[in-house]
Amino acid sequence: MLEVRGVRAGYGPVEILRGIDLEVGAGEIVALLGSNGVGKSTLNNNISGIYKPFAGHIAFEGREIGGARPEAILSLGLVQVPEGRRVFPNLSVRENLELGSYRRGRAGRAVNLERVVAIFPKLRERFAQKAGTLSGGEQQMLAIGRGLMSEPRLLILDEPSLGLSPLLVEDMFALIKRLNDEGLAILLVEQNVVQSLAIAHRAYVLENGVIAMSGKAADLASDEGLRRSYLGM
Amino acid sequence: MTLDIAFAGIVNGLMSGGIYVLVAVGLTLIYGVLHIINFAHGSMLMLAMYGVYYLFKPPLGVDPYVALPILVAGSFAFGYVLYRGLIGRFSHGKDENILLITLGLSIIADNAALFFFTGDTQTIDVAWAGRFVEVGPALIPMPKLVSFVASLALCAALGLFMAFSDTGKAIRAVAKERQGARLVGIDVENIFAISYGIGIACLGAAACLLMPFFYVSPSSGHAFVLVAFTIVVLGGMGSFAGALVGGLLIGIVESLGGLQFGEQLGQIGIPLVFILILLFRPVGLFGSR
Ligand SMILES: Nc1ncnc2c1ncn2[C@@H]1O[C@H](COP(=O)(O)OP(=O)(O)O)[C@@H](O)[C@H]1O
Ligand SMILES: [Mg+2]
Repeated sequence: MLEVRGVRAGYGPVEILRGIDLEVGAGEIVALLGSNGVGKSTLNNNISGIYKPFAGHIAFEGREIGGARPEAILSLGLVQVPEGRRVFPNLSVRENLELGSYRRGRAGRAVNLERVVAIFPKLRERFAQKAGTLSGGEQQMLAIGRGLMSEPRLLILDEPSLGLSPLLVEDMFALIKRLNDEGLAILLVEQNVVQSLAIAHRAYVLENGVIAMSGKAADLASDEGLRRSYLGM
Repeated sequence: MTLDIAFAGIVNGLMSGGIYVLVAVGLTLIYGVLHIINFAHGSMLMLAMYGVYYLFKPPLGVDPYVALPILVAGSFAFGYVLYRGLIGRFSHGKDENILLITLGLSIIADNAALFFFTGDTQTIDVAWAGRFVEVGPALIPMPKLVSFVASLALCAALGLFMAFSDTGKAIRAVAKERQGARLVGIDVENIFAISYGIGIACLGAAACLLMPFFYVSPSSGHAFVLVAFTIVVLGGMGSFAGALVGGLLIGIVESLGGLQFGEQLGQIGIPLVFILILLFRPVGLFGSR
């Protein structure tokens, strides 16, 4: 579905990613792991068209999207729920969700709205409330809900568990699993290694601007090196 | 000041306030989305007023109220293209550059107006403009009443557009969260241009409503932009409701000031309000943070 080949990217003269290869197939959860500041969000934002890669190719369902405009990429069904949620704080919860279908999924707006509030009943209670007044966990639900309103074919989740209480983190991973069980392909970008590997099919580990390790999630979970460097075991 | 005179003063002030609201709503909308003061605001109003003037003059002879939809559409297109072709392109995403470009535009527009239209003040004479409407003890010139009602109606329409249309929601979204907006597929640059266009369209409407009872000269935009800026600060930068309440308030302040201190000194109330707001409530009446 998503194919990233030899992508180099960064900011101005600074190269952060030095040749990334990565793939997500239909129906998969693929985890992209790596410590803080390694360039995970940089990769997401190059895939989503917020930034243009310096070199390399990005293809979605066989179509080259490297350097395309964000709205064109979204129109194809490649949807990102960004780190830090980035909901519209001055808009109501309902308006936030409606804008999820601004570019894609407009025809299905009413149906999808029902579907999203069925997944997140909390959001319905808060429909008229400004998104900026929601708790962190609720904002994360809203951000994911807004992403689902775009009728994603592939959903990129950038650190969805960041800043959530441990109980909510559990719920979040359960939800991601559930969305995937319904057929949605997911690129899960996380620092939370154990829980990500528990639900992912495959995983990549990003270090120093390159993919340092990749493979089946189950294999990585039992990898000595990974355990030492990320879990302190 | 007797009660009757004060009442008449307040009603008259409210009537002037309508136009102020319209001009200020444009300014505050542009500020809210682009985070810059549009220094070209006064000059754009002046250009639109000349537009109304030349549409009215022979050979065209278009009534200013008939010209309103033309001016609104034309001003929107002008603002949109100006943003797309010039302001957005040369600002490289830096707010201070947008500021300088709009300042430069206003200087160019003012001098071009001097060159092409000369410095003379021009007025138009519409047949019905001399009629008055009695509101209690107040006598309101017809065109002022029309300007008041039409300004508020247009603001209401704009308010509904901002509240309920997808484009209106996108404008509000872009005002606070640009990256989030890009990720739902909003073309942020396009929204900037649309917002700038709407701000200028407000001026096109204001020009049509003003000309039946006001004059135009190359510098006639300045007075309005100073007032509008005070209103925006008074109401709260970027606040729609603030521009509405602030505009009407400033209209009343100016009118009562005029009654008390004479026409020339009447405007003294406006900088006074400005200073008081900065001292006691710098975020404005409806501002946050
Ligand atoms: N907009 C930006 N401009 C310049 N440097 C940035 C920008 N965003 C991130 N960086 C830098 O790029 C590196 C990777 O950041 P990021 O992709 O956010 O990492 P991660 O998501 O893995 O935590 C960091 O060193 C960060 O400081
Ligand atoms: Mg990140």
